[in-house]
Amino acid sequence: MANELLFGLFIFVLAGFLGHYVIEKVPPLLHTPLMAGTNAISGISLVGSLVAAGSGWGWTATLLGFIAVTCATINTVGGFLITDRMLKMFKRRGGKG
Amino acid sequence: MNAHIVSPYLTFAYLIASVCFILALQGLSSPTNARRGNAIGAFGMLVAVVGTLILAGIIDYKWIAAGLIIGSVIGAAMSIWIPMTKMPERIALSHCFGGLAAALVGVVEYHHRGAAIDRFTMGALGLEVFLGFLTFTGSLMAFGKLQGLITGAPVTWKGQNASNITMFCAALVLLVLLVIDPSRSVLFYAMGALGLLVGVLAVLPIGGADMPVVISLLNSYAGLASAATGFALGNNVLIIAGALDGTSGFLLSMKMSKAMNRSFANVLFGAFGQVAPAADGAAGPAANYNLATVEDAVGVLTASQSVIVVPGYGMAVSQAQHAVRELAQALEANGATVKYAIHPVAGRMPGHMNVLLAEANVPYDQLFDLDDINDEFSRTDVALVVGANDVVNPAAKNNPGSPIHGMPVFNVEESRAVIVLKRSMNTGFAGIENDLFVQPNTMMVLGDAKKTLREFISGVKEEAAA
Repeated sequence: MANELLFGLFIFVLAGFLGHYVIEKVPPLLHTPLMAGTNAISGISLVGSLVAAGSGWGWTATLLGFIAVTCATINTVGGFLITDRMLKMFKRRGGKG
Repeated sequence: MNAHIVSPYLTFAYLIASVCFILALQGLSSPTNARRGNAIGAFGMLVAVVGTLILAGIIDYKWIAAGLIIGSVIGAAMSIWIPMTKMPERIALSHCFGGLAAALVGVVEYHHRGAAIDRFTMGALGLEVFLGFLTFTGSLMAFGKLQGLITGAPVTWKGQNASNITMFCAALVLLVLLVIDPSRSVLFYAMGALGLLVGVLAVLPIGGADMPVVISLLNSYAGLASAATGFALGNNVLIIAGALDGTSGFLLSMKMSKAMNRSFANVLFGAFGQVAPAADGAAGPAANYNLATVEDAVGVLTASQSVIVVPGYGMAVSQAQHAVRELAQALEANGATVKYAIHPVAGRMPGHMNVLLAEANVPYDQLFDLDDINDEFSRTDVALVVGANDVVNPAAKNNPGSPIHGMPVFNVEESRAVIVLKRSMNTGFAGIENDLFVQPNTMMVLGDAKKTLREFISGVKEEAAA
């Protein structure tokens, strides 16, 4: 178990550093789409919700899992759509993105 | 989800998803690649979800299908029809859903595994449920404040910080006790309840003007809750996505705090508005405003060669972004150059003004950050302030007693003339007097910003035609 913890931490810390370098390069212009986009991405907890709702662990698990699937789907589907809708609006002078 | 029976194909699908997510964020480094990056991110999500549906040992698809369909419909509706001015509310709601989803998955895991849970998983589940529920109610409160359902002013009470800190510590103690003995389910549910309570009480005292920091921070918590889910389920893609989201929210809230020259702790525990009563009491020089008519302002605008527009939350409230762009075009047709000065904390969330102006078809190469434009005001004919207040308050530079002293602000008072569009002469949310409004070169035009701008547009066009 300690191994699993360390392995997880390993990934977490490296992803955090990578995130720092990538996100530092996002201009303030795009900070709102950044927030909407990271929201969509962290909707990946959907995969956990799917397992909770569909593994036949009894009605409590299914019900709570169903609510979680709904919420996480709102975030992933809605998040990517609204990010795209925002990004579509950013244009240079002369009209081209 | 048991880490030991995961199909290698599923692990591979999650690896693809992780790479796609990183590429999506990388795309956001410039507006030209951002849309493609977002599409790559969505593709990664699809791979992860389809992989899970096929390979994660799911046996019952009924409720999953229902959740996916309902969620997609609500998510799409919330994205397609919501007006851009409501973007902060939209983002707050999505943090709310994200937090709730993570917390519920944690509850299910705990309920399912029961006594068989190991200490490490218990620690992760505890964090997941606490952070998830905290994000859920905290974001609901933020949404309520933005939407005007709850007063946007800071709500404070005696012993507030002490009680909030006590509850945080209590949650920590519960977590430790649970890790020692995971079978005590009462403690687990108490921790979830505490998360719900802390979310409400921690956001209640924070004022509307501090929303950019709070929303960023809740963004970070939602990410950390996802990462904790990843730890509990032994799922790396959740850890990676959660770490990316957590880092992003954290970085944004640091930037926002810095743009207000305030520490994190000060935003969270400082209750900005407490300064307000004192400032209200000293409302001495209120009569010296230089009120101007639309005709005066139009005269100044048509005579100018260079204009810098400084938008603020008031522009969002009055939905004046399209009128701003039309005025800018009329002025450009009249031979002036027009630029926009965007403060990091203008509006209610990071990048709020940029999105609104982009919606109104303002080319993004006309939008400038604080550092890039601040030296230009001294060479500019007119600074047009549309619904901004604190970010143009010279007190931040020259009044050590002001609550916003030290905050980087625009040097609008250095331009030849300043036109301020403001709804009324009441002090804003923060209740801070603004010396800019009594400067001799400042013209105050009161009223709804959109209506005033429309009058400016027809005025400028008439003068140009004459």
